[in-house]
Amino acid sequence: MAEATTELLTTADGRPLKAALAAAQARAKRRAFLLVLPLLLFVLFTFLIPIGYMLKRSFEHDGFASSAPALVAWFEANPDFDPANPPEEAYAALVQDLARMQTERTTGIAGTRINYSVPGSISLFKKGAREAANLTPPFKESLVALDADWARPALWRGMESASHVYTAEFYKVASDMKLTDSGWARGQDKERIYLYLFAKTFFVSALITVICLLLAFPVAHLLATLPMAKSSLLMILVLLPFWTSLLVRTTSWIALLQEQGVVNNLLVGLGLLSNDGRLTMMYNMTGTIVAMTHVLLPFMILPLYSVMRVIPPSYARAARSLGATSWTTFRRVYLPQTLPGIAAGSLLVFILAVGYYITPALVGGADGQLISNLIAFHMSKSNWSLAAAIAGMLLASILLLYWLYDRLIGIDRLKFG
Amino acid sequence: MTQEPRTDAFVAFEHVQKSYDGVTLVVKDLNLSIGKGEFLTMLGPSGSGKTTCLMMLAGFETATHGEIKLDGVNINQVPPHKRGIGMVFQNYALFPHMTVAENLAFPLEVRGMGKADREAKIRRALDMVQMGAFANRRPAQLSGGQQQRIALARALVFDPKLVLMDEPLGALDKQLREHMQFEIKHLHENLGITVVYVTHDQGEALTMSDRVAVFNDGRIQQLAPPADLYERPENSFVAQFIGENNKLLGTIEELSGDKALVRLPSGELIDATAVNIKEKGQRTLVSIRPERVEFKPEMMPPGAHTLEAEVVEVIYMGDILRAVLKVAGSDDFVMKMRNTLGQTRLSPGQKIKVGWHPLDARALDP
Repeated sequence: MAEATTELLTTADGRPLKAALAAAQARAKRRAFLLVLPLLLFVLFTFLIPIGYMLKRSFEHDGFASSAPALVAWFEANPDFDPANPPEEAYAALVQDLARMQTERTTGIAGTRINYSVPGSISLFKKGAREAANLTPPFKESLVALDADWARPALWRGMESASHVYTAEFYKVASDMKLTDSGWARGQDKERIYLYLFAKTFFVSALITVICLLLAFPVAHLLATLPMAKSSLLMILVLLPFWTSLLVRTTSWIALLQEQGVVNNLLVGLGLLSNDGRLTMMYNMTGTIVAMTHVLLPFMILPLYSVMRVIPPSYARAARSLGATSWTTFRRVYLPQTLPGIAAGSLLVFILAVGYYITPALVGGADGQLISNLIAFHMSKSNWSLAAAIAGMLLASILLLYWLYDRLIGIDRLKFG
Repeated sequence: MTQEPRTDAFVAFEHVQKSYDGVTLVVKDLNLSIGKGEFLTMLGPSGSGKTTCLMMLAGFETATHGEIKLDGVNINQVPPHKRGIGMVFQNYALFPHMTVAENLAFPLEVRGMGKADREAKIRRALDMVQMGAFANRRPAQLSGGQQQRIALARALVFDPKLVLMDEPLGALDKQLREHMQFEIKHLHENLGITVVYVTHDQGEALTMSDRVAVFNDGRIQQLAPPADLYERPENSFVAQFIGENNKLLGTIEELSGDKALVRLPSGELIDATAVNIKEKGQRTLVSIRPERVEFKPEMMPPGAHTLEAEVVEVIYMGDILRAVLKVAGSDDFVMKMRNTLGQTRLSPGQKIKVGWHPLDARALDP
């Protein structure tokens, strides 16, 4: 039997069956491919290439490597130099490059690059470049006389690292590592802003996901079980905010929750709060959580609804007739069947929340900022590579979650509606 | 509706009415007693109120008026999970996220039964429906017939005294349906349970039931054993709903006791048995089963009236021959003949005389 199937089958005129099948289907396949081609190109140019470029930028920076050719050449020739005590040739190459930077006006770019790992380098480079033409050998002594920082081992380590166009330095910075005189090391506790913000972002996103789930479950159930006329009305109520501009929704939360806002005025008016005891619900984490929950709620309701809609009421009836109380029926029969919807909605809300920018930027204040706000901050400071490195870490952690989800629940069980 | 209250009633509907919208009644003054161990079928077209009655009995709908009693106790206010009634649903309603064994364990677990007892009961219930080998499958891996058996086993596993079935065989193909009818019937006989069965399939109702309640328009039209229902319908709805029927409209010419002479619009006279006829001169609908129509004079009782008939067509159906006749102005009068050796083969256009035993022609309300 097994031998019969491995034997090459042919068509009536002797051509191999597989080739004949491929030829017969080629035309249809070409047409199908042409249909998806525009989308494919669109995704390629607007999604894959930018992401690839972003990831490349997170590893690549030639600000120093391109403006200090002499020092780059020396570092290449002496890979095992001692950063604590670089020889005179290294200083000579450095002074040569500084002079070159002054004439080519690249001091800023080079200084900025070194500044990422060794703060304070921009002014050091500017000063050095200005004086470079007047320096005389021995360059070590004259440079150190200009500024003692030129002898710092951390600076030399930083310059060595920056002499390579491709570097993992930005990922080290984004993981709260710090370049010290003896090499890369964990930063002080209070300096660990990136990992702390990562943890905070994930925690807040998880919290928002849970709140969304608790709020969306009864709404989705109502949507799925109410008679047509009422459920359509409810569906419009769910979708109306969805169709409203994100900015409008976010700013209306400001109007509601700020200290002189509607909610506080109401509570004070009812005598529940004193005028000095107004709640701070805006420009902090509370504001971020409230507004984001509201914005992301439809993304939980819709997948849940699409799953609940197709659960026949006879399951609940069967469970009841078999002797289960309404709570047992919910827990053992209804809830397990909504799991694909819960999983899809949670994944969607969580991933959206982790990368959310506008809402925390508007209502988060100092306390309610998330990791994406930090990415935006570094982009505004033109530190593209660090922003890209943080974004790359975010992307990696989301892919990891997605992989975990696939292993635990199975991506094919996902239902988005 | 016309039933006497039974003293041994296990399930009783007393003056039950049901309205969903407060405007129309879906069930109108239902009175029905079901004896212990009885197999009662509620038969009727869709919208006749039969499923509503079943849902009220199961506790998923509340009666707008009247009382429903189970074993002499009013259960109007008892929630479904405390009624202890097994139920088989139209689409089986097997929990898709549980295996067959878990499905069967569910009613036992919620009753707090121990693991060992549970397993014994599940094994027994599965063996009962010949599904012992399928305990670890999921419902989606079973065929429709197998799912049906599991649904049956699940409804029976906790030993309910009363089992409700809501068109349980509706989704199966004809052959499997007929097979399952007998299995359900045998389970009913062996276990001695009371079954209330809802269907719109009259064949199912006739083959399985001890008694059939024919529903229409929110009322029971007739409540009788299958043979009575088929042979002695009490009104024209039942006569038309159950089986094939020839209908002849006419006027009562003579009435003595239950013997009636009916004049057809064509002027011809036929004999019939008066069923719900009150007086001479009343309009009536005479119903005759196609298989009771005779065309050979020797088969008719002496003195029976006959009608002129012309054969329109003869359809060969294997076991029977079905002749469509033009009789008394109607051209869809059907006669069925057994396909026996030497049976007369009629041909279209042939003129014959047809008649029947007066007991087989029932004069009903029009």
